[in-house]
Amino acid sequence: MFWLAPFLLFQLQQPLDIPDKNPHTTAADIEQGKRLYMGRCAGCHGPSGDGGKGANLAVPTLPRAAADRSLYRIIRYGIPDTEMPGSLMDAKELWQTAAFVHSLGQVPSAPITGNPQAGAQLFKSKGACLNCHALGNEGGRIGPSLTGIGARRGAAHLKAKIVNPTADVPDQFRLVQLTNKAGKTMRGIRLNEDTYSIQIRDFSGNPQSFWKADITQITQEKKTNMPAYQGKLTDTELNDLVAFLANEKGAQ
Amino acid sequence: MRLALLLLSLPLLAQVTHQRLLNAEKEPGNWLTYSGNFSGHRFSPLKQITDQNVAKLTPAWVYQSNSLQKFETTPLVVDGVMYISEAPSHVTALDTRTGRVIWRYRRTLPDDVRVCCGQVNRGVALLGDLVYVGTVDAHLVALDAKTGAVRWDVTVADNKTGHSITVAPLAVKDKVIIGIAGGEYGIRGFLDAYDAKTGKLAWRFWTVPAGGDPEAKTWAGESYKRGSAATWVTGAYDPDTNLLYWGTGNPGPDWNGEVRAGDNLYSDCLIALDLDTGKLKWHFQFTPHDVHDWDATEVPVLINAEFRGQPRKLLLFPNRNAFYYVLDRVTGQFLLGKPYAKQTWAKGLDDSGRPIRLPGTFPTVEGTRVWPSVAGANNWYSPSYSPDTKHLYVATREAGAVYYFGNAEYKAGEQFNGGGFRSIPGEEEWGAIRAFKPTTGEVAWEYKLFTPPYSGVLSTAGNLVFGATAEGQMIALNATTGKLLWRFQGGGTVRSNPMSYQSDGKQYVAMTLGNSLYVFHLQP
Repeated sequence: MFWLAPFLLFQLQQPLDIPDKNPHTTAADIEQGKRLYMGRCAGCHGPSGDGGKGANLAVPTLPRAAADRSLYRIIRYGIPDTEMPGSLMDAKELWQTAAFVHSLGQVPSAPITGNPQAGAQLFKSKGACLNCHALGNEGGRIGPSLTGIGARRGAAHLKAKIVNPTADVPDQFRLVQLTNKAGKTMRGIRLNEDTYSIQIRDFSGNPQSFWKADITQITQEKKTNMPAYQGKLTDTELNDLVAFLANEKGAQ
Repeated sequence: MRLALLLLSLPLLAQVTHQRLLNAEKEPGNWLTYSGNFSGHRFSPLKQITDQNVAKLTPAWVYQSNSLQKFETTPLVVDGVMYISEAPSHVTALDTRTGRVIWRYRRTLPDDVRVCCGQVNRGVALLGDLVYVGTVDAHLVALDAKTGAVRWDVTVADNKTGHSITVAPLAVKDKVIIGIAGGEYGIRGFLDAYDAKTGKLAWRFWTVPAGGDPEAKTWAGESYKRGSAATWVTGAYDPDTNLLYWGTGNPGPDWNGEVRAGDNLYSDCLIALDLDTGKLKWHFQFTPHDVHDWDATEVPVLINAEFRGQPRKLLLFPNRNAFYYVLDRVTGQFLLGKPYAKQTWAKGLDDSGRPIRLPGTFPTVEGTRVWPSVAGANNWYSPSYSPDTKHLYVATREAGAVYYFGNAEYKAGEQFNGGGFRSIPGEEEWGAIRAFKPTTGEVAWEYKLFTPPYSGVLSTAGNLVFGATAEGQMIALNATTGKLLWRFQGGGTVRSNPMSYQSDGKQYVAMTLGNSLYVFHLQP
């Protein structure tokens, strides 16, 4: 039965050896992890983790690797049926790389001065945010969903977006204006587009699809439909709204 | 009973001799090599499907791959049987009329295969009664064409060090030529020739010279040891010169050139090797000291044409670096070079074809915007040359990238990139299928695509150009005017090349769209 021993060892070795928590998370580990990442991972994932051709790693919870151990396993073994290859780094280097990857999606902590309860009221009333944004099952789909926004974005970023939303419109929420052959125009958020067709969401929230052969003009608007709240909210109101959003961590 | 069986059975499989491969044009119903002929033309002389009737093209059958990897194969067809490779390193023989499986070869692979960009395969080669396939664990395997049984299996290199094979082999005369991938793992690149019957190594040409070779001085210190220059796209062959023409890949590490000062030969080159000996006849380097990952691994196209009043043997090369090149394929002399897509890295080319680089275009820690993108103006997917229209057709990408400089610490089996890239935020990338006049590089027509394409083109004697969009549509264009004549949504990003064949007197056009192989014919 000698043959059995190495077989079992092969089967069991890796999973049992991997601790649940990353044992290498000091600032020096993260710095070394960054060096490893820049040499070996940034080629696909981009230097900030927000994707070149690889998956976006700059998110608080990685869809395939919510736990330290699963992130370690993915870096070590890759993901079958995708372009993500495995890696032969030693255990410490794998953990250091994982520590840096984990840091990419962390929201910088900033002091929150506003009152989140007051912010919740503003969100629904004066701000009229639900006209376009979803929160849980409520709200519209014209703008990005704000469910769990506090886990994805820090207070400073949220404040800047509320004050001046046109500065940086996400690609998935580009406003387009279409003109058909009859001269009628339609506006909405571009959902998808290819060489022959375009799909938009109109301001009633309905998806619409058009053949480009039926459209005479497609104009991409640089601006966004989101109003700038600069001057519309007092400083206190702005801070309250930011406090509410920064505390919105989604369903637990 | 016996008669019925005979009538229903497939035609007898004849030997695929070198003579047949040399004269591929004489049997237009078959598709015997990766590019359709040794000259890299990807042209079908079939003309049942034409610009007049292509609107009636409809699927005859579809073969679904079980793999979710990119499906990059070019099918080969001989005497009623189609041979395709499937990810990761499988081979399947299909009946050309029904799409039914005749045999399968399924390879068992190690758990952690090292390959940069997907466990893919671009196709097989045929010679004699054998089917050849390279594998992602860097073996070359010969299968019995009738049964799929393994006749021999040789180790080309060690996958643990990042060597892999994704390229379709080229079977020529008595040899099988196979390239290597691993340019993102700091391998030392080569091109191999194996005895087609036995699998014995006939010769190896190192694409990164060492030792006494004078070109070894184009690498600082010992950087040549990880110089890459992989050979992962199928080349061409000219029986008159007896030369193989093959493109080589990026130097390693990709984006950090500081650790490898010098021109880094023979990375990003076209190399011309004697088929019998593997000796280098000439080379031409497109991108000396590349720091943008612009592999010269495109398919070389060989034509004989009048160039500035002189009949010449030419080699056409639309390069990933966004310049179009014409070389004399006997001597390697540079004849013409001009941009064919947006580029911001070179002022132009000098009289010898060497690029005159613009300052401020190297990758930096903060990021440098440069056109074209990492994927380039063209890539591994095939161009096509039509002897009818005398146009060269190229699916062209119009996009830039932000290039980053990073550390480059080599560790065997690990990616060795030295930086990275990302798309330019907010840039509206696009693409086009363009028809070029080959000897001048002038654009005859252009068909615009919304997204930069990642698939090649086929031209046919029916005055057609077949291609695809990255959004899943296969399309047919008028080869003379570029007008759209037919399209079909296949349901997945296309990363492959079209081909055409004839079976039972009927012309078919085949291409993988997404994870399925689609075979079209005219509506009965």
